[in-house]
Amino acid sequence: MKSPILQSATKYLLPILLLFSFFLLLRGHYYPGGGFVGGLVASIAFVLHSFANGPEETMKILKRKPLSLIPTGLAISALSVTLPLLLGYPPMTGLWFEEPIPFIGMIGSSLFFDLGVYLVVIGVVLTILFTISLNNLEEKR
Amino acid sequence: MIDNHILGPVFIHLFTAILQLIAWRKTVTQRYISGIGSFLGVLVAIRLLSKVQDQGILTMNASNWESPFGIVFVADLLSSTLVLITSLAGLAVSLFSSTGINRQRMLYGYFPIFHFLVMGLNGAFLTGDIFNLYVWFEVIIISSFVLMTLGGRKTQLEGAVKYMALNILASTFFLTGIGILYGITGSLNMADLSQKIKLVNNQFLIGITSMFFLLGFGIKSAVFPLYYWLPSSYHTPPSAVAATFGGLLTKVGIYAMLRVFSLIFIPDEFTRNLLMILAVLTIVTGSLGALIKLNIRRLFSYLIVCHIGFMIGGIGMFTKVALMGTVFYLFHDILVKTNMFLIAGLIRQMRGTMDMKSLGGIYAQYPKISLLIALVLFSLVGIPPLSGFWPKVFLFKEAFNISEYAFVAALVLGSFVTLFVIARMWSEVFWKDVPSDVNIEDKYNPMPLARRILLVMPIALLAIATVFIGINAEVVVKLVDQIASQLVDTSSYVEAVLGKQN
Repeated sequence: MKSPILQSATKYLLPILLLFSFFLLLRGHYYPGGGFVGGLVASIAFVLHSFANGPEETMKILKRKPLSLIPTGLAISALSVTLPLLLGYPPMTGLWFEEPIPFIGMIGSSLFFDLGVYLVVIGVVLTILFTISLNNLEEKR
Repeated sequence: MIDNHILGPVFIHLFTAILQLIAWRKTVTQRYISGIGSFLGVLVAIRLLSKVQDQGILTMNASNWESPFGIVFVADLLSSTLVLITSLAGLAVSLFSSTGINRQRMLYGYFPIFHFLVMGLNGAFLTGDIFNLYVWFEVIIISSFVLMTLGGRKTQLEGAVKYMALNILASTFFLTGIGILYGITGSLNMADLSQKIKLVNNQFLIGITSMFFLLGFGIKSAVFPLYYWLPSSYHTPPSAVAATFGGLLTKVGIYAMLRVFSLIFIPDEFTRNLLMILAVLTIVTGSLGALIKLNIRRLFSYLIVCHIGFMIGGIGMFTKVALMGTVFYLFHDILVKTNMFLIAGLIRQMRGTMDMKSLGGIYAQYPKISLLIALVLFSLVGIPPLSGFWPKVFLFKEAFNISEYAFVAALVLGSFVTLFVIARMWSEVFWKDVPSDVNIEDKYNPMPLARRILLVMPIALLAIATVFIGINAEVVVKLVDQIASQLVDTSSYVEAVLGKQN
């Protein structure tokens, strides 16, 4: 199903949804949101794109396999969990920069944990989705 | 003592798994990473145990939250010894799998999932928070589902469905129990719970809650009448996977039972009697099942059930000597059961089948390996001075002491049946000539030397550990004695977690 309306809509929706997902990721420490929700919204953006243009086009934007996001995200999360150990705190302790960063606010190690979750969620959802849809495409041919 | 590094064994396996995910589809790299990671895991576990022996119980408040409020991790002697033995078994399985698992399974992520499983086991042993224990159980069962279905053969899926259905049921019971417990006491910290539970007026309700835990852990550790999933699923995955499952997964259930019943629900008369009855019936049904099975791995599965009964009986008697027996048997059982399934895998490599009728002649062809295997089998049966002998001494002694004659009879029956089936297996698999109508396909003999070493070395490693426990029984008995005192008198545990009580 190729609809020009959906295609031109996704052209604008994709960046907006990605921005929104990033917004959710950043506000997640004290307010509703966080890495998991943000990751889901970001993957919805790509899902929408693949509905409009076909999964192969989406793969082109992504440039690499979504599977590689899983270890990257896990590594970021795991490092942010173990980082406090080097400074003599128990694992998972939140370490914060002393000064807030303009526009973003306070940044701490928990943000990196969330960032890892965000990447893992995108990786998992897109891997499942592409595995199913690309298999279907191959069978059709 | 607060020590921030007690989660080391967990993190080692976490990072090993992540590195392997980065090396996705590079199976050779994954094998090296797995071996190195498991080896480091053993070293870290040894360090943890020696530290706990020197400094007493170590705790770690995750995220720096004070103890009854945050999640606390506790390394006492029981958990750190179990972490060490698990890491050792993990190292053996990881070496064995580098040749014993086919490449197809590795491509779909066998190794990362295996390390997530070991990570979950270590986490379950180290946590001091009951909900966190549930989370580690979930990590374990999700990894085990993947390991069990990886490969996707029809029998595997059939086994996996049974396994999954009953384990999810077990988790549900466990979670319900936690929910009720939290509703009654308002705490999830196990040390805190042990204090608060004494103050609850309605002890009847506590008794009912403890039954939820008994059901949940009972399914997981395959206690009568909840064990049916085990023999019908453990023979389906590859032997290296079955070794992890058979050696470690049911034992986590026993560990959780030990922890929960020593710390939170001190067994009353009813629970003790119930546990004793369950123990006797588990031993009897397990040994009856073992008698009729001719497939090696099915036989071993029933032996697992049978020997779980020994440990449950020890918990049921709940005296210091009985707990010594249980804990010692737990250590011995992890090493030997893991090894048994690895041996089954080796036999499969040598003969291409696990059916006793079409096996034979291994002793004539591989006398040295057969002697190594015989050592493990002797240990399983419980011939002194190997590791299987000592725990039974404690169990017998205590059962006579408090006149649990039904349990004594069951112990005798279980031991004799084990002896009988192992003797039969020895004569059928090793001594008998190969049946004339069977073509043997020996994959082991044509293998290059390095791969053959990788198959035999893990078995030797675990066998050495068994012999070590047997010969150094004095050291181990001392350790087990301390563990049992910590289990009977939990004040040191509570003090380590919550600080000095007044």
